[in-house]
Amino acid sequence: MKIQDRLAQAESQAMESFERTLLYIEGVTVSFDGFRALNNLSFAIEPGEMRAIIGPNGAGKTTMMDVVTGKTRPDKGAVIFDKQHDLARLDETEIALLGIGRKFQKPTVFDSHTVHDNIELALKTDRRARTSLWWRETADEHRRIDEILETIRLTAVQDRLAASLSHGQKQWLEIGMLLAQDPKLLLVDEPVAGMTDVETHQTAELLKEINREHTVVVVEHDMTFVRELGVKVTCLHEGSVLAEGSIDQVSENERVVEVYLGR
Amino acid sequence: MLGSTHPLLRSLDRGATFFLIALAAAAVAVPVLNLAVPQSSLFYVPTYLVALFGKYICYALLALSIDLIWGYCGILSLGQGAFFALGGYAMGMYLMRQIGTRGVYANPILPDFMVFLNWKELPLYWYGFQHFPYAVLMIVLVPGALAFVFGWFAFRSRVSGVYLSIITQALTYALMLGFFRNNFGFGGNNGLTDFKDILGFDVRSEGTRAALFSISCVTLMIGILVCRAIVTSKFGKVLIAIRDAEARTRFLGYRVESYKLFVFTLSACMAGIAGALYVPQVGIINPGEFAPGNSIEAVIWVAVGGRGTLIGAAVGAIIVNYAKTYFTSGMLAPYWLFMLGGLFIGVTLLLPRGIIGSLHHWTALRRDRASAAAEEGVTAPPPEPLPAE
Repeated sequence: MKIQDRLAQAESQAMESFERTLLYIEGVTVSFDGFRALNNLSFAIEPGEMRAIIGPNGAGKTTMMDVVTGKTRPDKGAVIFDKQHDLARLDETEIALLGIGRKFQKPTVFDSHTVHDNIELALKTDRRARTSLWWRETADEHRRIDEILETIRLTAVQDRLAASLSHGQKQWLEIGMLLAQDPKLLLVDEPVAGMTDVETHQTAELLKEINREHTVVVVEHDMTFVRELGVKVTCLHEGSVLAEGSIDQVSENERVVEVYLGR
Repeated sequence: MLGSTHPLLRSLDRGATFFLIALAAAAVAVPVLNLAVPQSSLFYVPTYLVALFGKYICYALLALSIDLIWGYCGILSLGQGAFFALGGYAMGMYLMRQIGTRGVYANPILPDFMVFLNWKELPLYWYGFQHFPYAVLMIVLVPGALAFVFGWFAFRSRVSGVYLSIITQALTYALMLGFFRNNFGFGGNNGLTDFKDILGFDVRSEGTRAALFSISCVTLMIGILVCRAIVTSKFGKVLIAIRDAEARTRFLGYRVESYKLFVFTLSACMAGIAGALYVPQVGIINPGEFAPGNSIEAVIWVAVGGRGTLIGAAVGAIIVNYAKTYFTSGMLAPYWLFMLGGLFIGVTLLLPRGIIGSLHHWTALRRDRASAAAEEGVTAPPPEPLPAE
């Protein structure tokens, strides 16, 4: 085979794998005061998949989410979403409008709004200041809110202020807000931190349900939870990918064991 | 809407209605009791009180403009007095042009201070102010434009919290220094005064004063209604969302800076209108109105009345200013600033919701308790959260 043909073939293979990605992170580096939070990080997420990102503290999991959602600009590298948007050039609002939702580590809901209003604010509608002045909830939107409240099991408390919810309920409300946003890609940061075993189990079920229609990336410490999700795992260490594969493959990887258990 | 079933909003409705009715009653009754009732009567309202309360109503409108941005969007402006003073100056310029040949130097075009400074021509930016509609336009436009430009830079650069408060303070201080200068063309440290008439009516006559009082009341009513419409719309919900969790609001896809810019500009326009109504009633506008202390005092009114309640801001402004008038006219005068400081500390520690905010809180608690008792306590009453700093 001629060199040109080989090159063309390699290129078409690369294109093919690129075609299948929803999120493509390539060679991203982020430094804070000389500390490299992300070091030439590269990986890809396919549309429709659920991916778990694990790694010890300081591995760069949250920084990776910050880069994807526009909170932090990478020093180097590209973050391509949906094959056409370079997220490194956009801000949080623009990225959110492209269809990327984010759930924070600490549940962040609007405390002085009711549960219902929290969902209403997240609902996929016109976000512009001008139109929101005259906005009225349509019957369709009303139904959508009711559906989501049903899914996250908060229908009974929909008129209560979000501040009065329990920790677990707040986590669920935030997930409900993400559902209302109806994003193409959902980034979920430690969803089960501080949850009881039952809540953890329920959350895993909920995420699987969400994954039927959305691509999901979950950052998590809790290995039982990751195991329960049963999805492909990417292990980060010192800002780059250490291992990738099923949870069993990854947890048998010597380097991973070393990093987690210490040398 | 489902959201309006919340107890806080229900009680707010009743309080707002009551306050608006009181304002409407005052707008009608005060002029009547001042003009039509004989001075010997028990019901006679003396003219000095009309002017005094007219002034308080203007302060209430200023406080309302602060509450809209601070109470609902978390923007603590310590320079709101700048927009108030700019509106006041715009009105003052109209009133100066109305003096005409009745001034000390009898110059038909130039105000007295310009003749005194040996100026030969009217500066360009004074053109047009002899026309009332133009002056009204400027009253809204100048503070609004300044707020828009200032806010555009500040909010785009994500300046918020204490930093924003400090630069708003710097803004009003810089304007004060500017307006103190004679070559700025606004009368230097004397400011603009000695007004004769407004729209052909003598500004010092009882009738005009009573009319200005009524107009101020009506303007405050309109202000409250507009603010209420805004804060109960989805726009208002987004404002509260920004106040409580700005980053979250951004990640939901809201362009936070547009919301802030709109509400900040609107609030500056309101402050400008308040200043414009204030000037003919007190008869003078000078650079002292830009003093940082004034803006801070206005923030205290809002804190005392209860931020995030709208009505609280207006009530706080009236109560604190009445106290100020009362205490600074007696032998306690030298201690007023200590009392004001003490009041602020006291309210912060003991009544963090302010007067009206606490009333709302208590009625909401009582209602919850009553309904819980009626339903044999299915759920505990939700605690009312405090508006975030």
